[in-house]
Amino acid sequence: MRSLWILLLLPLAACDGGLWNNPYPLADDGRSILYTAFIERPKHLDPAQAYSENEYDFLALVYAPPLQYHYLKRPYQLTPLAASAMPMISYLGKNGRPLPENVAPERIAYSVYEIRIKPGMRYQPHPAFVPANHMLKLGDISTLGDFRQTSTRVVTAADYAYQIKRLVHPQLHTPIAGVMSEYIVGLKDYAATLQQAARTAPGGFIDLNAYPLPGVEVVDATTYRITIHGKYPQFAYWLAMPFFSPMPQEVERFYAQPGMKERNLTLDWWPVGSGPYYLSENDPNRRMVLTRNPYYDSESYPSEGEAGDADAGFLADAGKPLPLIDSIVFSLEKETIPYWNKFLQGYYDASAISSDSFDQAVSVGVSGEATVSEAMKAQGIVLDTAVSTSTKYTGFNLLDPVTGGDSERARKLRRAIAIAVDFEEFVSIFANGRGISAQSPIPPGIFGHREGCAGINHYVYDCVNDEPQRKPVKEAKRLLAEAGYPDGVDAKTGQPLVIHFDTTATGMGNKSRLDWLRKQFDKLGVQLDVRSTDYNRFQDKIRRGDTQMFFYGWNADYPDPENFFFLLHGPQAKVAKGGENASNYSEAEFDRLFEQMKNMESGPTRQAIIDRMLEILRRDSPWLWGYHPKSYVLRHGWLHNVKPNIMANNKLKYWRVDAQQRDRLRREWNQPLRWPLWAGAGLVLLFVGWMGWVLRKREQAR
Amino acid sequence: MIAYLIRRILYAVPILIGVNLLTFALFFVVNTPDDMARMQLGIKRVTPEAIEKWKQQRGYDKPLFVNSAAGGTDQLTDTIFWQKSASMFVFDFGYSDDGRSIGREIAKRMGPSLAIALPTFLIGLVVYVSFALLMTLFRATALDMAGVALCVLLMSVSGLFYIIGGQFVVSKLWHLVPISGYAGGADSFKFVVLPILIGVAGGIGSSSRWYRTIFLEEIGKDYVRTARAKGLSELRVLFTHVLKNAMIPILTGVVVVIPLLFMGSLLTESFFGIPGLGSYTIDAINAQDFSVVRAMVFLGSVLYIVGLILTDISYTAVDPRVRLQ
Repeated sequence: MRSLWILLLLPLAACDGGLWNNPYPLADDGRSILYTAFIERPKHLDPAQAYSENEYDFLALVYAPPLQYHYLKRPYQLTPLAASAMPMISYLGKNGRPLPENVAPERIAYSVYEIRIKPGMRYQPHPAFVPANHMLKLGDISTLGDFRQTSTRVVTAADYAYQIKRLVHPQLHTPIAGVMSEYIVGLKDYAATLQQAARTAPGGFIDLNAYPLPGVEVVDATTYRITIHGKYPQFAYWLAMPFFSPMPQEVERFYAQPGMKERNLTLDWWPVGSGPYYLSENDPNRRMVLTRNPYYDSESYPSEGEAGDADAGFLADAGKPLPLIDSIVFSLEKETIPYWNKFLQGYYDASAISSDSFDQAVSVGVSGEATVSEAMKAQGIVLDTAVSTSTKYTGFNLLDPVTGGDSERARKLRRAIAIAVDFEEFVSIFANGRGISAQSPIPPGIFGHREGCAGINHYVYDCVNDEPQRKPVKEAKRLLAEAGYPDGVDAKTGQPLVIHFDTTATGMGNKSRLDWLRKQFDKLGVQLDVRSTDYNRFQDKIRRGDTQMFFYGWNADYPDPENFFFLLHGPQAKVAKGGENASNYSEAEFDRLFEQMKNMESGPTRQAIIDRMLEILRRDSPWLWGYHPKSYVLRHGWLHNVKPNIMANNKLKYWRVDAQQRDRLRREWNQPLRWPLWAGAGLVLLFVGWMGWVLRKREQAR
Repeated sequence: MIAYLIRRILYAVPILIGVNLLTFALFFVVNTPDDMARMQLGIKRVTPEAIEKWKQQRGYDKPLFVNSAAGGTDQLTDTIFWQKSASMFVFDFGYSDDGRSIGREIAKRMGPSLAIALPTFLIGLVVYVSFALLMTLFRATALDMAGVALCVLLMSVSGLFYIIGGQFVVSKLWHLVPISGYAGGADSFKFVVLPILIGVAGGIGSSSRWYRTIFLEEIGKDYVRTARAKGLSELRVLFTHVLKNAMIPILTGVVVVIPLLFMGSLLTESFFGIPGLGSYTIDAINAQDFSVVRAMVFLGSVLYIVGLILTDISYTAVDPRVRLQ
């Protein structure tokens, strides 16, 4: 046993001279590295296929699409990234003739986006840029690191055009292929052509450049044009997503070589970009590492922001070349407890707050303001909060004979339920106050959202001191009676009203939430039948319209009201059209205003239309508007330039870390306690000694 | 013995076909290929065309068992079951639903799983047997009673408690090892110490009690009385005679799990961030990745059969009366 202890302790004692509980190599001490975590491994890293937030955490730093969101300015606005300036937009009529800039949207047949990219941008070092690597017998090669030679090349406009063609590649699944095919001229036909080519040579490499795409034109090495149908101002937001990043064709050819896929060497696994970082280590079972792209020199820290940014220190690094951190280490942490404890030990620079740790981390003042707890403050931990550009709502199925329809009876029933279900209480109990109750589908920070009394849903709330105050339950009961269900009983049949609620929430963890929801309906005397089911069955029910009420959510693709209103747009109803309108809501005036509003530039006219649309929605109440979650992120004091930005996925390139301060504090916080080892070893020795003594005595006694 | 082994290996073929069939049936009773596609493609902007394309690319657009539209043997071979199952018998596991080589993943993840499971198994065996012998040595004394009570107590505690408690005390309070994580090579030591200790501690209760029962049964036999009569010390009696004669039941429980060590531990790997096969399996189940699930079930079955054969062989090593025919 003693030798076992020695065996165990020897390597610990020789543990690289650093802190015993340091999960990182000693060589990393003092280096400009950001340590963070990911909870779920990304499914896709191909910019044509990735669409999830956890995939964009990597891709937005590896790829450089033409545009990005300004890091500091609010409301969110686009700014050039790879483009040298914002795209020049010109409009054409049906005959192809140019139209003036202020022409009525219905006269615009085509919009042309001319994009000039910054000259001289280069890709990350990669073996695909070495011609010799395209004719190799792979042999012993099993990782990209096994290729002896890497190189780079200048980014061209043709690479951007190539990536747009990839959006309809028959061997890829691009989530936005359908949307883009509606807009980019010729993309639908181009997709059909590629399908035909794929059928002709199954499994072979398809040369996308062999087929022309009329809506995408390469003007010269640094200029390309995209022509879309009609006027679609939101198109610029898509240009800020990795879908529109540059893709060199030789990279696709490189990965298409025989034997590559068998070795997990694919573009979906090993991205090749021109952004500030490249993926130098990709082990999504353990960790993924982004390293500074040595050829990235086209961007510097912004020199202007919004009022107060200079005082807050956000402009201290203005003009410095980006990125400010050399390397970003993402470690896989599936469980919240280890993640949280490692953050407290200083081994993660920032952390979200789980419900378990909320009380330990955050103090909520009498007026509801959140600050870090004293214990966190003592460690120099800072809390950053922001309202997400997302919404969590409870939808009614408008096709259902009880909860649906556009009769006054149905509206009153839905509004009664909307008053009864107290989302302020829900946020307080189940989200630790991290959210604000929604007055409409549009969250704060998105054009169309109004603050104060003007933005209140007056069907559910009263405006008191410029704040929303939920109407009393008696108002809900009155509406319910008018809807034909006095005290929750159907006046015609005498049967109690039962509402079915479909959810994927199952198990003990969700019981309290579902019990709470039942209680809300109890206020009206209405019975709530919770139908918990798995994710697939739930999706199936939504698709078939076999629900009455359901819980759903939406994260904005881009900060525009169109990206929320389309969730209620009649022609995009789930049952009839397979669209995103899961409530199957359809209202003629709303649909007409939606078509009008979606192509308008933001301004007073658009705001007036949005106000009317919101009034219609609030009147019809197809959703319980639910709440807009608030993101709470804790970070250590050594991490600088952290300004919450919900839209930007590439914000880590602006962050700066004081590695010396981090090292000092880590050492202060993590000195190993050796006495338990000595005590343990002593106890073992004592026990062994005592055992020997007892045995000797017993043998002597025999 | 060779004939016996060949016969056992041949027996394994219908067993593996049966396991495969059962896994396939159970999986597709719960999930349809459409469900799998939706799970992979996410929620936003998923069109019916995208689902069809996903199924077609991965071969899930075929019938499950019988393709009545095909002719001849294609009726059976041009089906999801055949396409996904036949290649596994030559250990070609194909690709996961997200397009990665399953064989490569298994090869890569086997190391970390073994780095935890093998030391836990070996150290655990020594500790459990020693503790059980100790209780046997002091049988019917206060020490034995205390040992049994301790075993019952340890058995009653959830495995999760050991993990969270171990992380809290050893990593968070004492700062002796990292809370979670993994590194390759010699650097892995500080990451695997705690999972191994917790794994060993978590098994003391049940294993030691079981071994104690075996030893107590042996210690009442005639040959033990004879050994004592010869004047051998109690320690010698226990460690050379009792232990040797108790090997058959010990081997029955021990050898069969050796091959399964490759499969890793679901809970430990998840909490300690160990990139092993246990977490691979649980991730695949959560993602409804049938390709990985059936590969891991198949591999588990093969390893279990190998374990049973090894157990039989081990009997011949410890008991000369046993002959494999």
